[in-house]
Amino acid sequence: MNDLDAENRLRFEQLVLPHVDAAFNLARWLLRSRADAEDVAQEALLRACRFFRGFQGGDVRAWLLQIVRNTCYSWLDKNRPRELMVEFHEELHPQPAATPESMAIADEGRERLTRALETLPPRHRAVLVLRELEGCSYKEIAAITSIPIGTVMSSLSRARRQLHSALVNPGCKELLRGL
Amino acid sequence: MDCEHICTIIHVYFDHELSAASDAKFKLHLEHCSDCVADLDACDLVRDSLQRSHIYAHAPALLQRNIRADLRSFAPTTAWSQPLWWYWLAAVAALLFVTILLGRVGHGLRGDDYQAELAGEIVDAHVRSLQPGPLTGIASDDGRIVKGWLDAKLKFAIAVRNFANEGFALQGGRLDVMEGRSVAVLVYERNGHPINVFIWRTREPDTSPRAGSRQGFQWVDWRKGKIEFCAVSDADLVDLEKLHQLISSSA
Repeated sequence: MNDLDAENRLRFEQLVLPHVDAAFNLARWLLRSRADAEDVAQEALLRACRFFRGFQGGDVRAWLLQIVRNTCYSWLDKNRPRELMVEFHEELHPQPAATPESMAIADEGRERLTRALETLPPRHRAVLVLRELEGCSYKEIAAITSIPIGTVMSSLSRARRQLHSALVNPGCKELLRGL
Repeated sequence: MDCEHICTIIHVYFDHELSAASDAKFKLHLEHCSDCVADLDACDLVRDSLQRSHIYAHAPALLQRNIRADLRSFAPTTAWSQPLWWYWLAAVAALLFVTILLGRVGHGLRGDDYQAELAGEIVDAHVRSLQPGPLTGIASDDGRIVKGWLDAKLKFAIAVRNFANEGFALQGGRLDVMEGRSVAVLVYERNGHPINVFIWRTREPDTSPRAGSRQGFQWVDWRKGKIEFCAVSDADLVDLEKLHQLISSSA
């Protein structure tokens, strides 16, 4: 019986619900699918609700994102186990599909960027999304992803370099500057 | 310093996560290293692209609604370390308790001046049924164990017997509070129907059993040896009468 009483439910609503966007964003990029992210983010919030009693205060966003990240990994392990293998072998480097024409359209730039980000290995993708889209500190990223801070640094460095090299294909740099 | 390490430092610098001393040192290095400056530009391009492309995925309104619906479906209960059995027992007992008290009012067993006090008890019992705290109780079919447990907590001793052979299986005992006094509750089961026997000390003289019913619940109340008993159940009144005889003859 881990249900919340009225007081804790109110606290949960005030503290945790403002971070639903962050939860969804992380799930969306880890799972590379909006539809799956909706399901998994909802499940993660339910888990957060059950674990809320154990939340001792502190950085509630990092606490929630850690649950989201773990829920995503469990989901991937069950539904797309091969994706997680990339994490360890890093064989699949980003190979964004070439889009030679119509580079001036911002939507297309976003499409290319999305594809480039999605082709990063899961760990690099998580670290980059947390840093650049969520503005998390290294310490927070380490807590959320359960990896040492030194690994956060090297993952971030590699992620940026991979994304950069994917983005600076001919014509792409200008496109991105024009976003 | 290996190349990988230096490459990493650029990013740590870019993220303002270097210590003040290292940060100052790295700034000096940047003045004469075009490679590092180019790498910083690359970092900047990546960040700029990600942040300006609006690829941040905001939660759809439906997800927000679903999560709030999930939250509402969480029952408002308090921490519960006791077995689930006690939870239901408490709820049933509180309901029966209210029922019996209402029954008494309805049947005019007590004087009108008693009603104000009674109302307080009803409210208390009601609150308990809504917000069951950790219940003090013992689940056992051994009369001696239940008696030992109750005796240690009550200012009076009661006999506790398991009448399983007679069809009244002892389930356990519990403490409740009524009129500010501790009340013992013995729980029996008769053909699947739980029977709660509320037991408290009284100064009133012995009585023969009085029976009543209210909202489908039956009760039998009697006093013996300065102890008042009130058995409540949805079981048949004949069964309650039988239990009264068993308890009275065993005391």
